Amino acid sequence: MSDETTGTVAPKIPTQPGPRPVLLEVDDVTLRFGGVVALDKINFQIHEGEILGLIGPNGAGKTTSFNVMTGVYKPTSGAVRFRGERVTGRKPHQISRMGISRTFQNIRLFPEMTALENVIVGTDSRHKTSVPGALFRLYRVRPKPEELPQVTAESGIVRTWQQVRRACAKTFGLSRHILEERAAEAKALELLRFVGIADRANDAARNLPYGYQRRLEIARALATEPKLICLDEPAAGFNPAEKEELLTLIRKIRDKGLTVLLIEHDMRLVMGVTDRIVVLEFGRKIAEGAPAEVSRNPKVIAAYLGESADDAA
Amino acid sequence: MIDKIRTADRRRVSLLTSVGDRFRALPKWQRGLALLALVAFLYYLPLLGIPGLTWLRTDSIAGGNNWAGVLFVCAIYVLVAIGLNVVVGLAGLLDLGYIGFFAIGAYSVALFGSVNSPVVKWIQREFDLPETWAVTWAICLFIAIVLTLISGVLLGWPTLRLRGDYLAIVTLGFGEIIRIVARNSNGLTNGPQGISAIPGPEGPPSAENQVFGLIDAKPWYWLAITAVLLMVFAVRRLEHSRVGRAWLAVREDEDAAAVMGVYPFKFKLWAFAIGAALGGLSGFLFASRNAFIDPTQFNVNLSILFVAMVVVGGSGNMVGVSLGAVLLAYLPERFREIADYRWLAFGLAMVLVMILRPQGLIPSRRRTRELKDRAAEAEEAPAHV
Repeated sequence: MSDETTGTVAPKIPTQPGPRPVLLEVDDVTLRFGGVVALDKINFQIHEGEILGLIGPNGAGKTTSFNVMTGVYKPTSGAVRFRGERVTGRKPHQISRMGISRTFQNIRLFPEMTALENVIVGTDSRHKTSVPGALFRLYRVRPKPEELPQVTAESGIVRTWQQVRRACAKTFGLSRHILEERAAEAKALELLRFVGIADRANDAARNLPYGYQRRLEIARALATEPKLICLDEPAAGFNPAEKEELLTLIRKIRDKGLTVLLIEHDMRLVMGVTDRIVVLEFGRKIAEGAPAEVSRNPKVIAAYLGESADDAA
Repeated sequence: MIDKIRTADRRRVSLLTSVGDRFRALPKWQRGLALLALVAFLYYLPLLGIPGLTWLRTDSIAGGNNWAGVLFVCAIYVLVAIGLNVVVGLAGLLDLGYIGFFAIGAYSVALFGSVNSPVVKWIQREFDLPETWAVTWAICLFIAIVLTLISGVLLGWPTLRLRGDYLAIVTLGFGEIIRIVARNSNGLTNGPQGISAIPGPEGPPSAENQVFGLIDAKPWYWLAITAVLLMVFAVRRLEHSRVGRAWLAVREDEDAAAVMGVYPFKFKLWAFAIGAALGGLSGFLFASRNAFIDPTQFNVNLSILFVAMVVVGGSGNMVGVSLGAVLLAYLPERFREIADYRWLAFGLAMVLVMILRPQGLIPSRRRTRELKDRAAEAEEAPAHV
């Protein structure tokens, strides 16, 4: 989009977490499936406005910890707190309303709905219209001047009709349903532009190319107006050029004031964009810190490259 | 290559869908006029004598023509199909016990509106009312809708945690339970003897009724088609709102929908309740017109027929399911001579539809119409990050 982000590999926000408030706190979370310990006393914090990377080899528990944060799994012990409120024990839709949103590792869009509608479903999470509201439309809202029906016709019966509609809207207000629909559509389109796929807005999600589907997932997650967005391997299957675009997008998301949690395999991508990194292995946290520190950490190197006999101690 | 296949596919896909596309392309006022004409035609239909189409014999002795009566049956089946479409087509919940709601609607007008029903007799005794007293038809309508709504919620509350096949089995059981309860509770429903003298809009059936009599079915048809049009309007409103999108999202991927802030249970329950109320309304009209109901009229075959209407017509598309309902209601009447084979024919038709048009006669089309005018705007947008 602009050149402000293209050249900068190092994040411009200081890496020290010190004064920034904690947004999400994973506190001693353990999750067992029968005898398998998927997460073992995981502790970490996400600070407002940062990009936190969550990395680790396959099966380390990255996606599992995502699922705990978004309410898909309930931890065996420990708790996740979001801005001081407990996330644990709430239903997924409640957690979404608290301000946590996510994408999925294996893309899970609504395949038969258009790209635009997929995003509108996300915006709907902030709307209130339910069955009676949509059926009877009795809940009226006084519209702002720009929301009133416009009188466009020059003359004739069409003009009279438009004037009548405008007058009615002025006197009786517009139904909340209508206003929400309009706002949702405008916002969804804006988000599609933001992630750069507005040219295919009216295509069914399942007909979109792979890269578009990935970005549509991000747009849909953004539509729920989250404070924290969790991206689960957003770059899987991308070529280097696409990865570079994705990095730019992630930075843009952060610059909008959102906090980003990023799961990623690609070390280079993680190093380039994150402020801090948490490394998991076999359900345990083995390292945490700035990208440069983490990449030098012998445990991390061992986890990724395998360990030699002398390092094992 | 794929595009080529797809266009070929589309060409093979029928006339009906292309008519729909052309209709959607018309300007708004023309669409309005066309709809108005269609509505007028629907109301005029029973007066129309189309040779071949209206050759329907009611019985071999009188050889009378029951065109309006058949249209009435078509209309109440369309009502059923629209209701079931909300549950099956939009929310994606397979409900094989829809007949249960139909029966509850029918029994609520029978139990509260007929002087012969044990419930009315009990109320007469308790409150010292005259023997001719019964609840008015209009209030029965209200009772029917409220009772079916409640029964939909009661059935849905515990069972909607189930998914797919499990839900289908539970609902199948529900339909049977309603029928068996109706047959076995003599003190409440007269059991297998059934309930007669079920009122119509003009009160209990009698020769003095001017409009809604037993012989002339035209007013009944007009009543039913009015109900159908109102409900189509209502369901359309829901379909094109936050609620409809939530239903689709839950149908497509329940977990993803939940993470996007849709509470699946709430919207599934709404779908169930709305579907139930529509089925109840249909059963209510059926009982009023028939003036007599007994439990054998609500067997499981009919439930399967209802699902067949939705599947054959095109699950998720209101025009499609209505067409399915009309076909499955009309054809057996038209071909009475071979009516004994009707289940065989239905089975065959289902198999053929599954093979040739797995999406139904008129498949559900993504509704992009409301977004069309935005398409141009979207294309102007820069397509890069």
